[in-house]
Amino acid sequence: MLKRNSAVKAKTNGKGGWTGRLYKGLMKESTAGIVFCLPFLLGFLFFILIPLLLSFYYSLCKYNIVGQSRFIGIDNYINIFSDAKFWKSLGVTGFYAVISVPLRVVFALLVALLLVRDTKVTPIYRAMYYLPSLLGSSVAVAILWKQMFGYDGLINAIFGFRIAWLGETRTAIWVLILLSVWQFGSSMLIFVSSLKQIPASLYEAARVDGANSLQNFFRITLPLLSPTIFFNLVMQSINGLMVFASGQIITAGKPLDSTLFYALYMYNQTFSYNNAGYGSALGWVLIVIVALYTAILFWTKKFWVYEGGL
Amino acid sequence: MARKKRRKVIYHILTMLFGVVMIYPLLWMVFSSVKESNTIFLTATRLLPEKATFENYVNGWQGFSKVSFGVFIKNTLLVAVIAMALTVISSALVSYGLARLRFRGRNVLFALVLLTMMLPGEIVMIPRYLWFNKLNWVNTYLPMTVPCAFAIQGFMVYQMKNFIEGLPKELTEAAKIDGCSYYSIFTRIVLPLLKPAMGTVAIFSFINNWNDYMSPLLYLKSVPKYTVSLALKLFCDQTSTSDYGAMFAMASVSLLPVILIFIFCQRYLVEGISTQGLKG
Repeated sequence: MLKRNSAVKAKTNGKGGWTGRLYKGLMKESTAGIVFCLPFLLGFLFFILIPLLLSFYYSLCKYNIVGQSRFIGIDNYINIFSDAKFWKSLGVTGFYAVISVPLRVVFALLVALLLVRDTKVTPIYRAMYYLPSLLGSSVAVAILWKQMFGYDGLINAIFGFRIAWLGETRTAIWVLILLSVWQFGSSMLIFVSSLKQIPASLYEAARVDGANSLQNFFRITLPLLSPTIFFNLVMQSINGLMVFASGQIITAGKPLDSTLFYALYMYNQTFSYNNAGYGSALGWVLIVIVALYTAILFWTKKFWVYEGGL
Repeated sequence: MARKKRRKVIYHILTMLFGVVMIYPLLWMVFSSVKESNTIFLTATRLLPEKATFENYVNGWQGFSKVSFGVFIKNTLLVAVIAMALTVISSALVSYGLARLRFRGRNVLFALVLLTMMLPGEIVMIPRYLWFNKLNWVNTYLPMTVPCAFAIQGFMVYQMKNFIEGLPKELTEAAKIDGCSYYSIFTRIVLPLLKPAMGTVAIFSFINNWNDYMSPLLYLKSVPKYTVSLALKLFCDQTSTSDYGAMFAMASVSLLPVILIFIFCQRYLVEGISTQGLKG
């Protein structure tokens, strides 16, 4: 093979025409790098950048997808701030994320601490805790959840409650939060693998110094895990703010908009109320919110994330 | 000694108990699907049915609007497999470029890859719909498959890039000295070694696409084109008053491929998730 390759090279070099020059150019590392990355470059352009720019344009228009768009300037953005449903959905989504994300991370960490020791049955435990997060995003589980919390569903039957969990404004959002917390499994796996990387020598040294297990946890485990915790918090918060499918399937925003997630409201405006211009504007407000939120999280990093390495 | 043993027993009992609570909803669904449909909620507290019946599966398989559930499964498989193949190929190409080749703008490009990793699908949901609508791609499978050929899922690229960076540099260096071009280094040396990472990416991609609900909801308009998740949702809306058994049966069927993957490829899955957090 290698022989053939150099033979080809010799031949094309000899030719020296435009094919030869092209060939030579393609063989350069700098060109090859771009050739390999070309799919991503094109993809970013066509499936991220252009759609985003297009939606920015439409956010300045009155547009209902089927008809012509009409430029109206920043009216959509002005209307957003006096839109009670916008504030409602922002509040609902914020509440959901603020409660579910930390709970999920805490559960993941606690269970990871339980599962980090290797016994014969640990793989079985790990599978049991991980399975919900693997299946959790499916429609099947959303349907299941809806039936579990129905008036004659599993939860009322087992615990003897008589509550229409999904019919009351106070409880409906908690059903969705519980669904999210239930899926702590993948964060748990990340924590387990980070825990395994902490050298045992650190704990031994601490034991010689007379540290108890609580001190071990707060002085060794937690600081060394803080980069992983940070990473989890960032990714999960972003996903938490984007929650869509579970809300759309289980409650559809009801009752009384108490579970009207932001992404769901955006979807409704665009497709149910035929207000794609306004929906696009909502999308851009969301992008700004998420960007700000992430920036703030990154700013807090220096106060609590340990980055000294081992 | 006895105390230590007791602690161990308590540990196992608690971990097991909590684990059962975790998967109980899923078990309840599967067991409910073999109960007689009208007894599901009357016997909700009992897991095992009095006598198992597969009637629900027969009823559910008929689907709705004269389209059998088998059609939905076939559609989903088609989309998920094509999307998976395209994702694996394109991510492998891009990750090799980013991991091993030096060229201008590489860092910027990698930053963009990380950006797409943080950019959730919901945020580009409407922008993409407007764009694909312009391209006349609505009610086709193109919006769900074509973007996969362009490696824009940062997580997949990141996963493979990490893996390539872990390969010994000597291998590719030696091939270069022997006169191998970067393209044949990729196909002859990197690609064969990349198989484990490709496996991980393939599995994640398949599961994501199998479970995907948002894209089918946005783009598929005619029932014979529906995927499983969209069909389930409408099935559940239509039968909200009657056939819970059939609904649970088809929901269980829809989880089966993912559970099978979980059983047979657990190692890939766990590895994929674990490496995600390491370099955070």
